[in-house]
Amino acid sequence: MIGAVPLSYYLLLSAILFTIGAGGVLIRRNAIIILMCVEMMMNAVNLTFVAFSSYLDSATGQIFVFMIMVVAAVEVAVGLALLVELNRHKEAVNIDEFNSLKG
Amino acid sequence: MPIEFPILNFFALSPIIVVIVLALIVMVVDMLSQDKTALGYLSALGLLGALIPCVTLLNQTKSPTFQNMVVSDGYAVVFYIIFIIAALLSILIALTYLEERGMQQGEYYILILLSTCGMMLMAASTDLIVTFLGLEIMSIALYVLAGFNRRLISSGEAGLKYFLLGAFASAFFLYGVAFIYGATGSTNIHDIGTWFTDNPSYQSNPIALVGLALLIIGFAFKVAAVPFHWWTPDVYHGAPTSATAFMAVGAKAAGFAALVRILSISFGGVFTVQWQVAISLLAVITMTGGNIAALAQKDVKRMLAYSSIAHAGYLLVGVAALPPTGDELYRVQAVSGLLLYLMSYTFINIGAFAVVALLEKRGEIGTKLSDYTALSTRQPFIAFVMLLFMFSLTGIPPFIGFWGKWYVFWAAVDAQLSWLAAIGMINSAISAFYYLSVVVQMYMRTEPAGDEAVPIALPAPIVVTVAVTAMFTLLFGLWPTPLIDLMSLGMFG
Repeated sequence: MIGAVPLSYYLLLSAILFTIGAGGVLIRRNAIIILMCVEMMMNAVNLTFVAFSSYLDSATGQIFVFMIMVVAAVEVAVGLALLVELNRHKEAVNIDEFNSLKG
Repeated sequence: MPIEFPILNFFALSPIIVVIVLALIVMVVDMLSQDKTALGYLSALGLLGALIPCVTLLNQTKSPTFQNMVVSDGYAVVFYIIFIIAALLSILIALTYLEERGMQQGEYYILILLSTCGMMLMAASTDLIVTFLGLEIMSIALYVLAGFNRRLISSGEAGLKYFLLGAFASAFFLYGVAFIYGATGSTNIHDIGTWFTDNPSYQSNPIALVGLALLIIGFAFKVAAVPFHWWTPDVYHGAPTSATAFMAVGAKAAGFAALVRILSISFGGVFTVQWQVAISLLAVITMTGGNIAALAQKDVKRMLAYSSIAHAGYLLVGVAALPPTGDELYRVQAVSGLLLYLMSYTFINIGAFAVVALLEKRGEIGTKLSDYTALSTRQPFIAFVMLLFMFSLTGIPPFIGFWGKWYVFWAAVDAQLSWLAAIGMINSAISAFYYLSVVVQMYMRTEPAGDEAVPIALPAPIVVTVAVTAMFTLLFGLWPTPLIDLMSLGMFG
């Protein structure tokens, strides 16, 4: 059991965080901010997992959080590398300026 | 308290282990050797070697291993074979394709091998943690492969787009898993199914339903189903053609491998109506959307990207036909139909992309439909195999693509989804327009005067790929029995 704070509060908070993240991905045009929004979604998921893990008294959720953290770190490394590579061609972080592919 | 060591059956995972070790060997040899083409041949040979344990495993009794995290049942092994063949053929395309464009690097082959490992883990996993890790191992390698051509901005763009939307999709998948875990207290695919059977009062638990919906959205992104497909044309178009061939086939098959296992084992008894309706609707809009968008394309590579969306739709018809509880015979039919479809799609699509790679111009994305004009007089053999692939993608008998569609639509009819099969057939007819327009361009148009014909070089590895895929397309099209027998082994353990 999570002390005095009921499970639903955690779920609500993580749902809000996830929605802000997802909204940010769809609305913002700066690639780095989009990346940050994806991280926010991942962390909302982490919060959900930890809350459920504590509520259910089961360790699986916390193990899963470690896996997500590792993968998130790897994704950031790869994503920033791709962005740096793209910056050699065009100095921009705005995804609307990367428009060589059309059809 | 004595420490108990778990029993780990390494043999059950031997194909995956072989591929991982192979990737490590290639990594070491890459540092020592200057001849990067040799690395490609080494990877190809190693992948051939990885097929041997697959054949042995097919005849084994299946049991889950590694603490019920993975299982090497027939289903997983058939998928191993599909992934290994896809990786092998796309490496053969890459050998000269990369060399000619100045991006022959050892990392390419390492990434293909690691991505294959991820796909194999997805097919074998019986725990959502392993599914997630497999998904990420596969995807992260594919993001880099899509952006592999550092000389072209379009390739980098493809990589970035794939990365951003792939990570976005992963977050949805994870959020779905979190809810399913919260509702059932487990991430094991079998335990989730058992929990619902044991707790009938929770069978309409909204948390689990939301989780399932988010999970399906995550997979819909990965297999490029409409309306989650916007990344597909750009990524497939911008990525190096050898990598496109691999991801179009491999990533799609891996996504379906995990989705089908989760839906039929965890959710075979709950929410069946809901997911069947959702998947059917996805199938309808994916088939129709993909085909209609493909009609307007003037670029063969981009047209094949949209066609791969349409094919995801036909495959979703097969997923929708996975029957709710009970009838084992129908489930066997639906699953083996899907496997047959994926196997035949692997050969046809990689063959078609090999032809695209062969004709592609250097230094730009040179894959316009007009480049195929009068190919039959310039390169009769290549024109003929492309004709085979186009007929096969349309689903015209007696090519192999026909049998995949036949079994998938048949499964849909058996599952009382005749309307879905009918829409699928109408869509196949629509798709004939754009597939056959390539054939018309190759055979019935004459070359414009004054345009000197650029000679087409025929590097041996790509010709081998094209010849092998064409042979399979024709051979198994005329005599599909051995392939169908193999697919009927592909059952859950």
